[in-house]
Amino acid sequence: MHTNSLYQEVILDHNRKPRNYGKLEHASHRATGHNPLCGDRLNISLQLNERDQIDAIAFEGESCAICKASASMMTAAVKGKSRLDAETLIHEFRELVTGKLDADNPHHLGRLTVFSGIRDLPTRVKCAILPWHTLHAALNSLENASTEADHDPASTVSSNT
Amino acid sequence: MNATGFSPKSATTDDIDWEKIRTDFPILKLKIDGKPLVYFDNAASSQMPQQIIDRLVRYQTAEHANINRAVHYLSEIATMEFHRARCKLQQFVNAEEDREIIFTSGTTDAINLVMHGYGRKFIKAGDEIILTTLEHHSNIVPWQMLASEKGAKIRVVPINDKGELEIDEYEKLFNERTKFVGLIHVSNALGTINPIKRMIDFAHQYSVPVLIDGAQAAPHLTIDVQALDCDFYVFSAHKLCGPTGVGMLYGKATLLEAMQPFKGGGDMIASVTFEKTIYNTIPHKFEAGTPPIAAAIGFGAAIDYLTAIGIERIAAYENTLLDYATACLNEIPGVKIIGTAAEKTAVISFTIDGIHPHDIGTILNQDGIAVRTGHHCAQPVMQRFNIPATSRASFAFYNKKSEVDTLVAGIKTVQKVFL
Repeated sequence: MHTNSLYQEVILDHNRKPRNYGKLEHASHRATGHNPLCGDRLNISLQLNERDQIDAIAFEGESCAICKASASMMTAAVKGKSRLDAETLIHEFRELVTGKLDADNPHHLGRLTVFSGIRDLPTRVKCAILPWHTLHAALNSLENASTEADHDPASTVSSNT
Repeated sequence: MNATGFSPKSATTDDIDWEKIRTDFPILKLKIDGKPLVYFDNAASSQMPQQIIDRLVRYQTAEHANINRAVHYLSEIATMEFHRARCKLQQFVNAEEDREIIFTSGTTDAINLVMHGYGRKFIKAGDEIILTTLEHHSNIVPWQMLASEKGAKIRVVPINDKGELEIDEYEKLFNERTKFVGLIHVSNALGTINPIKRMIDFAHQYSVPVLIDGAQAAPHLTIDVQALDCDFYVFSAHKLCGPTGVGMLYGKATLLEAMQPFKGGGDMIASVTFEKTIYNTIPHKFEAGTPPIAAAIGFGAAIDYLTAIGIERIAAYENTLLDYATACLNEIPGVKIIGTAAEKTAVISFTIDGIHPHDIGTILNQDGIAVRTGHHCAQPVMQRFNIPATSRASFAFYNKKSEVDTLVAGIKTVQKVFL
């Protein structure tokens, strides 16, 4: 088998055994993300505590390996983090997969940089970014997110979906 | 046996040097990441042979001007070549008259033309439009827009587990409110060839006109609009080795004359004053503005190229690829072919257990293999099979068996990655 820059073992592992998979019974925030390109859907539920930290987070849905691994690694990365730190990660991940991350500046992505190869596959960027858009929507009490421009966290956050 | 009475499996392909034909297509020499391109996305758009590329170059370098206007040399020659392209299409579909061929920007544009020109004039509140589960979105959405504007209703013909239309159900949908039928000739998602002749005849018992979406049929089947007695037939050039941006609408002259124009502008008028505009005769009534002249001439060249080989021989050769690929894919555990109609063109839609089509497409691409992944603009078909998407390999006459072997190896690689 030839070298595979995108489907690295860490991504395949999270696809096989997704972390935080399921639905929270008691969640303070929920959102559903949708990728109209392929019809994939993703539900995210999370519990923010009184100090605005993510106590618990879960995701579920049918999606490709890239999307599922991205969701799994995202939930692992933001659990225990403050809302502000989560928003920073959302921003940095977006910069990473669209090839805009400034390598000279420090970032907080850690192992999430395995997704850097996706910047060369523009049609797949949406797969990787869907969970992050959905998390952003959930944190901002929007019920729905999409990979399309209106729901792009890089554009102005709007309270009406 | 398909609707035109021709069985592609009966034609012979022995007298054709398919390897030599393959060399007509410069793009097939491309390497993707060092791997030879294996182009199996022909149902989305086919590739262009050098002969048609040369024709476009000749037009742009020695024949280009606007048409139907000036009296100078270039305008005369461009007008004549544009008209010749129309006549080639007339012969290709065996229309009675050249004025029954309208140049459009493509299949979608042609369907929208019929929706606006015929539908908005003749479909009323309470009327019913029959479509099928196999339709491409381009033959669903315009009719939904019309139905919602007019208060008309869409009725849908179901399919069976093989992806074939349930003809009994189709016939049961007819009543005195039925006013239009939109019917795909060959399913882009599954390859199913529909028995359109029988379906057209049935609709005509109720005096209901039928539009045939031939986008996937024109590259593989002989079309005879007079034998079919269809009212409208539409397809695009770019699935026939021609350029993008041009397609055609065949319509019976009496219907085209009764219809209202779709777009207003130059060329579609006989005279204009601010009090009253008199529309031009067909086909010009439906060709407002400067048409895609170069693309239309390229369309004509594509028809010449394909008819020189012979559509029947093309279909017969493609069917050998289809049979071979079907047998190979059926042998791979975990691979399931979606769409197993008795009459099919060379299209294989498939799923692989536990692996999303987008992951399949990306990994196959790393081996230079181009397949389409997704819902193929036919979401009702996906819903019928309860799947979000498929991977689709669609073959053309310039493909070869060894490329099918590359696909089979690629699928096994995909399965290994996700083991």
